[in-house]
Amino acid sequence: MVPLSWYLIVSALLFCIGVFGVLARRNAIAILMSIELMLNAVNLNLIALWRYNFPEYPTGLAFAVFVFVVAAAEAAVGLALIISIYRQRRHVVVEDMDLLKF
Amino acid sequence: MSHEFLNLLPVLMPVPPLIAFFLIVLFTNRVRWLSHTIAVLATVICVVFGVILLTEGWHMGSHDLAHHPVGESTLWLPIDGVSHWFKMGGMMDPLTMGMLFFVPIAIFCIVFYSIGYMGYGTSHVDKYYSRFFAFLSLFAAGMFTLVVADNLLLLFVGWEVMGLCSYLLIGFWYDKNYKDPNQITPRQAAVKAFITTRIGDVLMLLGIAYLYTQAGTLSFSEILRNEEMLHQLAAATVPGLGISVAGLIGLLLFAGTVGKSAQFPLHVWLPDAMEGPTPVSAMIHSAAMVSAGVYMVVRMFPLLSAGWHHNGPPTAPMVAMGLIGAFTALFASTIAVAQNDIKRVLAYSTIAQLGYMIAALGVGAFIAAAFHLVTHAFFKALLFLGSGSVIHGMEHGAHHTHDHDTDAQDMMNMGGLKSKMPWTFWTFLIGGMALSGLPLITAGFWSKDEILAESFTAMIHGEGGMGVLGAWVFILLAVSAALTAFYTMRQIGLTFIGKPRTKLAEHAHESTWTMILPLVILAIFAVAAGWLGIPDDFLGIEWGEINTFHHFVGAALIEHPAGVLFNWIPLLTSILVVGLGLYGGYLVYWQRPVEEGAPDPIVERLGPTHEVLKNKYYFDEFYDKYFIEPTKYVAAKIVYEWMDRKIIDGFLHAVGKGTEAVAHRFRQFDTIVINGGVDWLKDRFLDFAQAIRSFQTGKVQEYLWHSLIMAWAFAVLLVLVLSR
Repeated sequence: MVPLSWYLIVSALLFCIGVFGVLARRNAIAILMSIELMLNAVNLNLIALWRYNFPEYPTGLAFAVFVFVVAAAEAAVGLALIISIYRQRRHVVVEDMDLLKF
Repeated sequence: MSHEFLNLLPVLMPVPPLIAFFLIVLFTNRVRWLSHTIAVLATVICVVFGVILLTEGWHMGSHDLAHHPVGESTLWLPIDGVSHWFKMGGMMDPLTMGMLFFVPIAIFCIVFYSIGYMGYGTSHVDKYYSRFFAFLSLFAAGMFTLVVADNLLLLFVGWEVMGLCSYLLIGFWYDKNYKDPNQITPRQAAVKAFITTRIGDVLMLLGIAYLYTQAGTLSFSEILRNEEMLHQLAAATVPGLGISVAGLIGLLLFAGTVGKSAQFPLHVWLPDAMEGPTPVSAMIHSAAMVSAGVYMVVRMFPLLSAGWHHNGPPTAPMVAMGLIGAFTALFASTIAVAQNDIKRVLAYSTIAQLGYMIAALGVGAFIAAAFHLVTHAFFKALLFLGSGSVIHGMEHGAHHTHDHDTDAQDMMNMGGLKSKMPWTFWTFLIGGMALSGLPLITAGFWSKDEILAESFTAMIHGEGGMGVLGAWVFILLAVSAALTAFYTMRQIGLTFIGKPRTKLAEHAHESTWTMILPLVILAIFAVAAGWLGIPDDFLGIEWGEINTFHHFVGAALIEHPAGVLFNWIPLLTSILVVGLGLYGGYLVYWQRPVEEGAPDPIVERLGPTHEVLKNKYYFDEFYDKYFIEPTKYVAAKIVYEWMDRKIIDGFLHAVGKGTEAVAHRFRQFDTIVINGGVDWLKDRFLDFAQAIRSFQTGKVQEYLWHSLIMAWAFAVLLVLVLSR
């Protein structure tokens, strides 16, 4: 059985990719996908830590399921927003969406 | 009638008019009929109270009443802790009974008469009709307070309430102006009356204060019926003045009377008080006000005469009263001869009659003074109301002929009113005869005769100055009596006899029944009141105790004064001078009445003297030149220019300038430090905000960068802190 640290390293890498995606990509859909990556990195952490520490309780699994639900809801709302922005501007470049500046 | 209620009755006397005053002022001043109904009702209640008290007093008898006056007093003001209290209350002793005999009935007559006089139910009803009845009620309340007071302080309260009311009522027609700028207006007359009486009042208050410091009480019974106290006050001398304490107090109190009862030299306000409505004149001249002044000295007579024994040398206040009273009587009578205003003649006769009472006290004739006070109140109220009726009739003529330039009060414009106003004529004649002292029938004769008899006795039997004082009083009063009879005949002659001298008099007519009824009531008293004071030994015959007034009121003194023995000389003198005066007046004014346009025959006979008398010995001018003008000069030049403008204003301006300078410094501090500081702070905030506003770009990814950097920084911090 692989040690716990390997899971955590993979999870950290995945999270960093997600963060990079969120900060660097210009396409709103790509940012949404990067957020999904970060959420899944967190899920991986949760499951790994649960499996190695408290396998007798189903708490870690339940927590991961909650995160899926939140991720699904977030994706739904995010996509809806993006579509409505697209309908207005015919593009989804995040850098141009700066109506909330001073 | 329970005993408690009876004892409370004297205190209750002033209450109904006082309630009436407040009711009228607060609630009913828009409803004329209700206002006068309330005022009349209040006086009726007072008359009923008075009758109950008189009946009770009569049953008790003068001796019991003097020793145990009906009344009630309450603890009012603690002095020296709680053991010693100043008491306030009302009481009725024989002297109060004498006052209660005439005050309520006279006030009732005057208030009732006012309904007609102020024109109720006619087109020219007075615009301040309700207010008039309110003031009259307050006036009555003041007089009743004064009469029933059982101490000098409460008496003074009533005294001052009347002073206020006289001011309000003399100036009742305050918006009236005359074409002649020298004619005094009601406003000016009111101020004059108020200020003149104030001079006496201040001195009187000093007297009250001095009496309190010396005696430790102001209660009548504790001072006036306490021989030891009177003796002490008479024996002690005032340091530096060489006069007894009682003497100084007496002189100061008498000064109050000089102002209130219009004695020389403070007589000037009373004739001008005629500017008020006629019922007010009647109120001031008979039932209240001037009677109050005489009542006070009569009441305080035991103190004023402390140390005096019958026919002995007079005390200082008695000398002052004898000299001033008799002089005023003659002085005012001479002026009355030359006056043409129907009310002014009566005003000067009032001053003269008050002089009689004061002079009587000067020779020690306590009861005679009180008696003349009572009879005079009746016939003078009658005469004033009668003259009011005449003026009312004349004013009716003025309305009828649309002639408002002719003076309705000038007797030279009247004449022949006898047939137009028969009721007024006959009642006025009765009043006039009572004033002159027509022998045997009228009240005035009996009271005047008593004064003359007493002064004659003082002249013959008096020792150590009393003889001279008695002679002075007797002679001056006798001459004054002749003049009184003469000017009364002149007044009636000019007013009622002959033919009308103007259209006004031609169209005059009799007044309404509300005015006639009081005249008739008062006329009855003007005759009958004298019968209470017929000497026991009149004409040298023993009639038994018929001098009711003497026996009753005399009990108010500690030592019941003996009546003077009958003497033919004063009686004959009295009859002679009155006869002379009446006959003289008859010859000049009745036998050949003054024709229309003809001058007053007296002008020619008196020559330049008439001018002096007509101008009242130039007293108003004298006061104007030597008191009023200097006062105005001092007020304008010294007090205003110098004290007010220079010193007080100067000081104030300096304070103002200083404050302004200090304020200027404060303002600079405010502008530079506080405002500047706040502005600087604001600018720094703005700069900072300007600096950090560039962070808000609206770009989500930049925000995320920021938060990521913060998160890192926080994480680093956390690690550093935790690792330590």
